[in-house]
Amino acid sequence: LAHGGGGKAMRDLIDTVFTSVFAPESREDQARLSEAALQEPGARLAFTTDSFVVDPVEFPGGDIGKIAVCGTVNDLAVGGARPLWLSAAFIIEEGTEVALLRRIVASMKAEADKAGVKIVTGDTKVVGRGMADKVFVTTAGVGVIPPGRNLLAENIRAGDVVLVNGKLGDHGAAILAARGDMALSSEVTSDCAGLGHLVEAVLAAAPGVRAARDATRGGVASVLNELAEAAGLSIEIDETNLPLRKEVKGMCEILGLDPLYLANEGTLALVVPEDQAEAALAAMRALPEGRDACVIGKVLDGTPGRVTMRTLFGGARIVDMLVGEQLPRIC
Amino acid sequence: METGVKIRVRGQVQGVGFRPFIWQLAKRFGLRGQVLNDPEGVLIFACGDDTARFADAIRSEAPPLARVDAVETEPVQFDPGAGFEIAASQGAGAETRITPDAATCSACLTEIRDPNDRRFGYAFANCTHCGPRFTILRALPYDRAQTTMAPFELCAECQSEYDAPADRRFHAQPVACPTCGPRLWIEPGQGGDPFEEAAHVLRQGGVLAVKGLGGFHLAVDATNSEAISLLRQRKHRPAKPFALMGTLEMVGAHSHLSDQEIALLQQAAAPIVLLKRKSNDLPDELAPGQSTLGWMLPYTPLHHLLLAKIQRPLVMTSGNLSGEPQVIGNDEARDKLGAFADAFLMHDREIARRLDDSVERITPRGRMVLRRARGRVPGTLPLPQGFEDCPPITAYGGQMKAAICLIKNGQALLGHHLGELDEALTWDAFCQADRDYAELFDQSPEIVACDLHPEFRASQYAQTKGVPVVPVQHHHAHLAACLAENGWPLDGGKVAGIILDGIGLGTDGAVWGGEVLLGDYHGFERRAWLKPAPLIGGDMASREPWRNALVRLDGAGLSKWADILFADQPLEIARQAAASGLNSPACSSVGRLFDAVAAVLENSSEAQSFEGQAAMWLEARAQPSEAAEALGIDWAKRTGHSPGPEIETDELFRRLIRDMTQGGQTRPTLAFAFHQWLAIQFALRALRLVRDGEARAVVLSGGCFQNALLLDLTVQALGDVPVLIHTKTPANDGGLALGQAVIAAAKAVSR
Ligand SMILES: [Fe+3]
Ligand SMILES: [Mg+2]
Ligand SMILES: [Zn+2]
Ligand SMILES: [Zn+2]
Repeated sequence: LAHGGGGKAMRDLIDTVFTSVFAPESREDQARLSEAALQEPGARLAFTTDSFVVDPVEFPGGDIGKIAVCGTVNDLAVGGARPLWLSAAFIIEEGTEVALLRRIVASMKAEADKAGVKIVTGDTKVVGRGMADKVFVTTAGVGVIPPGRNLLAENIRAGDVVLVNGKLGDHGAAILAARGDMALSSEVTSDCAGLGHLVEAVLAAAPGVRAARDATRGGVASVLNELAEAAGLSIEIDETNLPLRKEVKGMCEILGLDPLYLANEGTLALVVPEDQAEAALAAMRALPEGRDACVIGKVLDGTPGRVTMRTLFGGARIVDMLVGEQLPRIC
Repeated sequence: METGVKIRVRGQVQGVGFRPFIWQLAKRFGLRGQVLNDPEGVLIFACGDDTARFADAIRSEAPPLARVDAVETEPVQFDPGAGFEIAASQGAGAETRITPDAATCSACLTEIRDPNDRRFGYAFANCTHCGPRFTILRALPYDRAQTTMAPFELCAECQSEYDAPADRRFHAQPVACPTCGPRLWIEPGQGGDPFEEAAHVLRQGGVLAVKGLGGFHLAVDATNSEAISLLRQRKHRPAKPFALMGTLEMVGAHSHLSDQEIALLQQAAAPIVLLKRKSNDLPDELAPGQSTLGWMLPYTPLHHLLLAKIQRPLVMTSGNLSGEPQVIGNDEARDKLGAFADAFLMHDREIARRLDDSVERITPRGRMVLRRARGRVPGTLPLPQGFEDCPPITAYGGQMKAAICLIKNGQALLGHHLGELDEALTWDAFCQADRDYAELFDQSPEIVACDLHPEFRASQYAQTKGVPVVPVQHHHAHLAACLAENGWPLDGGKVAGIILDGIGLGTDGAVWGGEVLLGDYHGFERRAWLKPAPLIGGDMASREPWRNALVRLDGAGLSKWADILFADQPLEIARQAAASGLNSPACSSVGRLFDAVAAVLENSSEAQSFEGQAAMWLEARAQPSEAAEALGIDWAKRTGHSPGPEIETDELFRRLIRDMTQGGQTRPTLAFAFHQWLAIQFALRALRLVRDGEARAVVLSGGCFQNALLLDLTVQALGDVPVLIHTKTPANDGGLALGQAVIAAAKAVSR
């Protein structure tokens, strides 16, 4: 791929690689959307955006395109919104293979179809070698929050239960393995998945759900800290209940990484009143992206904002927000 | 008006029966006048013939818990009145001193053993010379109403003892008797003698939770290996040594005892003392793989009475969930220790402050403090010359073995051992201790100090105090702590600090831990260091010694040996992590070098079940001999002929492997040779700084100097240059806050 100045070559690229897949019927540079979806009284518009960079751009279980769609869909979903439309903007490094771009676009299209969203507008820029790493993607998403739905961390009460929909750290582990400079087992695939349907199913089965967060960068530890902080309560998780794949656990042990901080791309944490936990779990387990759903902890009336992990032998360790790169501390 | 003397007594002279002592002394010498407490200590106005001998006696006959730093006499004109009296305290801040908790004195012991005494068999007897102090204190001034003795109203007899200057219990705040004082019981109990029932539980091999002075202990019969295994299993504590309690006869029966060790055991502080085991007549499960056992003498009447009943040594390990702080409340104990203990020996005197047992040992170089807590805290340390005008400072220490240090009025107060700060309850205890010390000692720091490591919890906490923060490099703090405890003046000149440690963040962002620093309170340069090697998996490398062996062996071209020794480990991934630097920072820690050598000599890739396990194993294993010494010296020659700043380890590992495999050397010899090699390597670099006139003395600090053999060999290798070592504060991170505090103080007074 050559560095384009916006001429015919660029137009052709956009047409053949992007527009023809995302919106073949569109002849305009902007999306013109029906407001019908917003007509229900009390419905609210949800609008979010995220940029995606990942190395490598293709990895077991997904690629940057799939993450870019799932990430934004999940941002909307955990806020209780039904995702409707996405935009997609690409920054492409000169020299990137067109075939790679086609694969990324195809996977975005497939994921969008699965989530029931349309990619309705976008942009493409090509920059010089070294100014980007193959391809960066920014997506924005619009969705609608149906009337009466109000997922908020402030709703959380002591006694609530914290659930996750699946194993922790698969994405982070898959990426590490895919980087290729380590002889790590590549059996782990990224958990990358859109969670819109799952959230809808849970909300139908357990309408009392207090709040939800998707645990991407910074891992589950970070979202639990956000939730505890916003709720002004404490959360205690149980080491013995952490859903970890054997391979991920082993990789963390050898590399000295904490799976609670590994990135996920299809994992969310839900806070549910205790009496609806079973219903929520059942609803999740009925779906492929919720097959391994389980309880990981509970909300306590403890030190506000504190997250602790009860360890194998009974002590409780403080689980902080990830600050920077973890430096060794044992003296 | 008459002519007399005004005598100022400085030191630890309040709350230790000092005024009644003076009162009695004055009577003996036929003096008139008065004695009182004031903010500077004790002040005496005396008039009579023999004031000079009186002043001498103050020093020579001071009560057991007193520490007299100075007796200053000057003539004065005053009206002495007819007799000698104890006058009211004067001035703000008087009566604000508090002494550490003290073991039962011999007079109280005689009483509880005397069937005719009203305190016969009473578990809470005490007097001015002994008993609880800091552990029952809620607030200052130190009056009964401010202690956890407040709910116990004195009976008439106790009151008259309390009021009589001639009595041993004059103004003894925790004074108590069976009529008016705390009560003892056992749960579940049969309604009989609690000691009898407790002894029964122990004799049956059960676990007894015992409420002591600074917290609950879990006790089992130390001669019963099944009981010990049961306790290990219930506590999930596979190997960490258990502390023991026994009478001096029991200790002597099972351990070698020097006069110094006997004296240390018998100090009022009653620390746990690490003692060399005599034979293997006690179960090995007490301290697997260790050549020492940690013993303490009974230090409360409760302990004395329990031991008298059971007549055998007891394991006395802290009552807690793994990693958590020791339990102090009755309900908390029922809740948390219920799963461990078959019965609880409880009482109704609350523990105001959790204090672990102090741990110490006697080395060829004197006393060594491993953990500073009950009996030692809140003892103060006078600051060296030059720090007189220092503002109040609080330092927050490290991450492991956390302790807080206050500097105020020319004194340093190093607080009690708190523990590892990622543990939620320990962290709460740390925050509580900061508030507690600030309130008790009326401390509002103008400056706070902490470690340079931004992710130490205590460092982050320091940032929230709203006053200027002085971050201090970890090993510089170790150096300064040792200077301060040895009274090295502020401008006493530079020293060479051999700092052998676990891990500390360096000023260059790398991980340090084996340094020769040239410096003083004001600053330092790093003049020599252990050759760095990757710390594979970060903190994981501190748990799994084989990781450190792998990188050292690979570095020395001995990969083949690593493959053989650690075949059961994922070596390929570990090597790739080391090569790519993935969570594997370069690290020059001597603590990790100990781990590496231990893993090779032990031929083990097992993880440590407690911190320092591998290094302790190596010290215990080392066997001195002429051959071992010669071997270590030979190794040192091969690696250190022209010592550069970087201490190589390649040749060390080549010799180690060769001598172990072809040389036919025994492991105890090799373990000793390694200590010898290490001592020489670092001593050489430090000596050079002294010989070149850059340094005036050598300081030894850092956690590795808890190793008595390494300490001794290093001092030997330094020959006749002045050497400063730790004897009052820990060389490990428990002393870090003191170093941080004095470095911040040096900054403040030099400004
Ligand atoms: Fe240290
Ligand atoms: Mg976002
Ligand atoms: Zn006494
Ligand atoms: Zn009484």
